Amino acid sequence: MGELRLMKGNEALAEAAIRAGCDGYFGYPITPQSEVIEYLTAEKPYERTGMVVLQAESEVASINMLYGGGATGKKVMTSSSSPGISLMQEGISYIAGSEIPCVVVNVVRGGPGLGDIQPSQSDYFQAVKGGGHGDYRLIVLAPSSVQEMSDFVPLAFELAFKYRNPAMIISDGLIGQMMEKVELFDPIPRMSNEEIKAKYPWATNGKPVGGERRIITSLDLDPARLERHNLHLQEKYRQIEENEVRVEMMDCDDADYVIVAYGSSARIAQKSIQLAREEGIKVGLLRPVTLWPFPKKQINKLVEKGVKGFLSVEMNAGQMVEDIKLAVSGRTQVEYFGRYGGIIPSPEEVLEALKKQIIGG
Amino acid sequence: MAEITVQDIIKPENLVYKKTPLMTDKTLSYCPGCGHGTTHRIIMEVIEELGKENETIGIAPVGCSVLAYEFMNVDMQEAAHGRAPALATAIKRLWPDKVVFTYQGDGDLAAIGTGETIHACNRGEQIVIVFINNGIYGMTGGQMAPTTLVGMKTSTTPYGRDVARMGNPLKITELVAELPGTYYVTRQAVHTPSAVRKTKRAIKKAFENQLNNKPGLSFIEVVSNCNSGWKMTPVDANNWMVENMFPFYPMGDIKVDGQLVKK
Amino acid sequence: MAKIRGAIVVDVEKCKGCSVCIPACPTDVIALANEVNGKGYHYAYMANPEACTGCTNCSVVCPDGVITVYRVKLTEV
Repeated sequence: MGELRLMKGNEALAEAAIRAGCDGYFGYPITPQSEVIEYLTAEKPYERTGMVVLQAESEVASINMLYGGGATGKKVMTSSSSPGISLMQEGISYIAGSEIPCVVVNVVRGGPGLGDIQPSQSDYFQAVKGGGHGDYRLIVLAPSSVQEMSDFVPLAFELAFKYRNPAMIISDGLIGQMMEKVELFDPIPRMSNEEIKAKYPWATNGKPVGGERRIITSLDLDPARLERHNLHLQEKYRQIEENEVRVEMMDCDDADYVIVAYGSSARIAQKSIQLAREEGIKVGLLRPVTLWPFPKKQINKLVEKGVKGFLSVEMNAGQMVEDIKLAVSGRTQVEYFGRYGGIIPSPEEVLEALKKQIIGG
Repeated sequence: MAEITVQDIIKPENLVYKKTPLMTDKTLSYCPGCGHGTTHRIIMEVIEELGKENETIGIAPVGCSVLAYEFMNVDMQEAAHGRAPALATAIKRLWPDKVVFTYQGDGDLAAIGTGETIHACNRGEQIVIVFINNGIYGMTGGQMAPTTLVGMKTSTTPYGRDVARMGNPLKITELVAELPGTYYVTRQAVHTPSAVRKTKRAIKKAFENQLNNKPGLSFIEVVSNCNSGWKMTPVDANNWMVENMFPFYPMGDIKVDGQLVKK
Repeated sequence: MAKIRGAIVVDVEKCKGCSVCIPACPTDVIALANEVNGKGYHYAYMANPEACTGCTNCSVVCPDGVITVYRVKLTEV
């Protein structure tokens, strides 16, 4: 049994960064996630593990610090919230194009624009369809508990380095701010410089003696070469889709209807399916843990088993519902229910929506 | 006295100058006569002389010198426009014993990258910034830069830079010199042999500051020609630079060892 | 008394004929050739080789680093 603590989601994330052997955190304050950098600066991880913590002058600077630091093979991380993540899109595109591993955390708030500081899930498109320019994908993990805010940090780093791709942990203001019991994992030591040099020959941390220099760039003015590079990236994304889908299915085995929800919406929907079952309605919950790669196969299996309808529950104007519709391909009903602007739906509202939009017909 | 022929002189034992092996063999993509090539070369000469080719990480900008990483034979990263000081900040903090430098143009450093420039200087990051100021945006076809002189014609100031509409040229070097975080700030040029030698000494001083763990950032502005953008021959462009750029951007040390140089 | 004689070798194919080396030379050694290289540039060459002292001014100022300099000290026999 690891160390147990009662922690806020944002704090669990910060503690996990230190324990995951993160080498550098570069971030900028923004509500509702400023606790991450506050916890890190208070904890003095430079004394615990030698981890660098720097408050950058902007989110633009933060993501570029990740780009530079990640390109040297170090484990680097930032966190922000929706408007700040918008500022990072250019950097994310460069990072993906140059194949640099790093972890970006988005604690989503209401938008668009300055929005508000309440929880939301309206950055799904930005995360999964690419808010930055070009053909790239982010590996996107969606925690729905404080425990997962902690556990997903080493997982995100592992996936980022396995595929040399940026990974995003997409949370929301509710999970960031709520307090729950969390079992902290045993610290993973930071890699030494020698280990990094040995393990990542692509990293620019000083030309090897007698060797060739390394270049980290996403620029290639030769269109044939750039196409080949893009094909390589696409092949990488196919592998990730094949191997890295993570999903939680609750009560789906005998379900007539399935709610699809992630993050805070999944916590709410869990209660909704309980209420539904009490009324004799057989509802299950499919909780994508990776938003990208999306659990298309699992949805497909449910369609083949005869599920009569899917309800996407999301705190936005209807984003993930489009991916569910793609996976279902018109074979059965797919509807969406959401609240936005930071309003959190209640379990009863969700059940009502399920009855009216899916079951009621 | 024996007659000596050119063939007698050109012998390996008589070699006095050769391009450093830290410049790759690729033909430079720069226009004939452009100061970029000269500056690249002397930076690499300094790194070679300091014996630090295996410890150096350079960051290329967006601009004419976006391809700097093709020519400098050390580990190189390509930054997004203006962001090089942010990359350098992270690299130096994560690998304090490496030699880290950025190489940036006037748009990169003083327009889009102003925030990153000022804050890296303000934090006193122990890096070297080499800033090429030719008062114009070369790569994109000759538009106005923050450092374009009043009255200077560019493709977006076809009637000459007008202060009322576009403000004054930005003396970013003097600005960063005022910040306590900068340790060495100087302005140099590479249009004559003596200027090149002075600039090389300045670059060496900057890298030695970093190697000696001096507190703060070393910032070297190199005023350069842009004969293509200015629509002149390289030699004429250098003369124009001396007559027009130098009075506004005067040569010399602005800050040494953390102290502003008194005029 | 020793006399210094120098000579430069220009990488003809890489020279861009920018002419910045010409005013840099203190003894007017360099001129642009009438011929052009593969890129169409009139490359630099020693028009006046006896005047070269191997001072390296040209190579130091050359933006493309195409000049290699040799120097020998001659002593009176």
